[in-house]
Amino acid sequence: MDANEPEVERRDDVMASNRLQVDSSSGAPAVPLVIGAKESAPAPPTEVVFELLDLNVYYGETLAVRGVNLKIHKNVITAMIGPSGCGKSTIVRTLNRMNDSVSGFRVSGEVNYHGHSIYASGVDPVEVRRRIGMVFQRPNPFPKSIYDNIAWAPRILGLKRDLDARVEQALRGAALWDEVKDRLRSSALGLSGGQQQRLCIARAIAIEPEVLLLDEPASALDPISTASIEDLMQDLKQTYTIVIVTHNMQQAARVAERTAFFSLDDAGDGKRAGVLVEYDETATLFTRPADERTRGYVTGRFG
Amino acid sequence: MAAIGGRHPLGTSAALHRRRRIDRLMRGSATAAAILAVAILGIMIGTVVVNGASELSIAFLIKDPPGGSLVGVAGGGIANAIVGSALLVVVATAIALPVGVLIAVYLTEFSTPRTARPIRMALDLLNGLPTIVTGIFVFGLLVASHGQSGIAASVALAVVILPLITRTTQEILLLVPKELRDAAHALGVSRWRTIAGVVLPGALGGILTGVVLAVARAAGETAPLLLTDSIFSARTSINVFGAAIPNIPIDIFSYSESPFPAEHAKAWGAALVLIAMILLGNLTARAMLSRQRRRLGWMPTSQR
Repeated sequence: MDANEPEVERRDDVMASNRLQVDSSSGAPAVPLVIGAKESAPAPPTEVVFELLDLNVYYGETLAVRGVNLKIHKNVITAMIGPSGCGKSTIVRTLNRMNDSVSGFRVSGEVNYHGHSIYASGVDPVEVRRRIGMVFQRPNPFPKSIYDNIAWAPRILGLKRDLDARVEQALRGAALWDEVKDRLRSSALGLSGGQQQRLCIARAIAIEPEVLLLDEPASALDPISTASIEDLMQDLKQTYTIVIVTHNMQQAARVAERTAFFSLDDAGDGKRAGVLVEYDETATLFTRPADERTRGYVTGRFG
Repeated sequence: MAAIGGRHPLGTSAALHRRRRIDRLMRGSATAAAILAVAILGIMIGTVVVNGASELSIAFLIKDPPGGSLVGVAGGGIANAIVGSALLVVVATAIALPVGVLIAVYLTEFSTPRTARPIRMALDLLNGLPTIVTGIFVFGLLVASHGQSGIAASVALAVVILPLITRTTQEILLLVPKELRDAAHALGVSRWRTIAGVVLPGALGGILTGVVLAVARAAGETAPLLLTDSIFSARTSINVFGAAIPNIPIDIFSYSESPFPAEHAKAWGAALVLIAMILLGNLTARAMLSRQRRRLGWMPTSQR
């Protein structure tokens, strides 16, 4: 923890400057991402959607993630990278309470969504997930038709008006419409892996969430499908706030404006837990990381 | 190419010979056992067909037996029992299916290991319970006070098939990938809607298979019927709440106990009808199942 202290300080400074900029400007300027640029782009001056304050996540007695402070900004793609087991998936699943069903799961600290704690009593996890959508590592379409995959949730949630238009819009949003418009009634399981994953994205955006959490969305896909998902993310960020967990550093560098690097760290008692090491503009994090561990990871000699 | 000692280096050694013999022996026994199972079924069905076919006619299927004091005579049919058996099985399934599916849903979706274990054990015990005991239980519960009736028989059959439906449903629910539940949860859909909209439809084929097995079991179950539904008229009846309803297993039982050769023939005929009904139901359900699977392009069992 001691080794971390200066990092936390520094991060808070960045945040403070973000906050000032939020006051002075509005709108979300696209931040051109050029790896290797000497000047780092200014921090995106958009509204804070998620604010994690001193977040600890436990599974039973095991501390999985320790002391994470992090702000996620609106209409920005935020990537979470780090070695296996560093808690990045745990954190992203904590953001929409997908971990609630895991036995022994417990958090301390704050997970604030627009200033409101999503773990406060009285918060309905179903409502949380309705606003914060998620796409998983393995494409998981329902064994239903393409149309019903998308229409199912809106129908249940009472968004029944113009269902056909909603389905079309979602499929267009996920850049899948042209490929499937002639076979909406056939099974979604006949689609290729990349198409299935885009269908899952369409399904997620059909209920108009504000945030999309993508948990390694391309790790089970071939490079071409991966590229199409990455292109899609650039379109989606106009409308949605996107958090992507990825194992693939190049992917983070390609798609994300901001990147958080997580690592496993010893708490001093020999038990290792995931910690946030560094969080910055993607370009800065990859070219001029402030932390030695980040540099080790992004240059490929992790240690 | 000749190796030293006149033996090819990759030729068969003595040890390999022995391993091959054992391999052949084991493969042979396993194949023989499999063939035996098919053979027993074949012989049984063959016997029933050979003995029952002569009795089989349209009249046998659509006519009631000669009633009144006419015992031991040829002619008439078992229409009353065919209708009755179908009715009993339908009512029993209608009782056991919703309860069984709900128990399975509870076990897979809501229970904790602490609550699941005793329930699963209770179901296993219920499954192993001699059905005559179930018959006695229902006799005490319904027959002693209200007399024999179709509903008493249906309740007894429902108790017999409940663990069967529950276990098959539970096993198939466990095969529905967790990813599908996650996907539904992530869409802000409540737990119950997830189960009703994704989990159960995904498991429909398996549940149907369970129902087919249960129907076959219920259709042939005789012991509980002896106590709850064995003294019936020769008339077709569809009132399950009234008097006892004619049914095929009891017909087979009483005809085969009879001293008259004409009734022995009827017993064979009834047995053939029962087997044919069960096979027909089985094949229909399988056809429905494969049609559903083709439509969804999804095989729950092959996914994991």
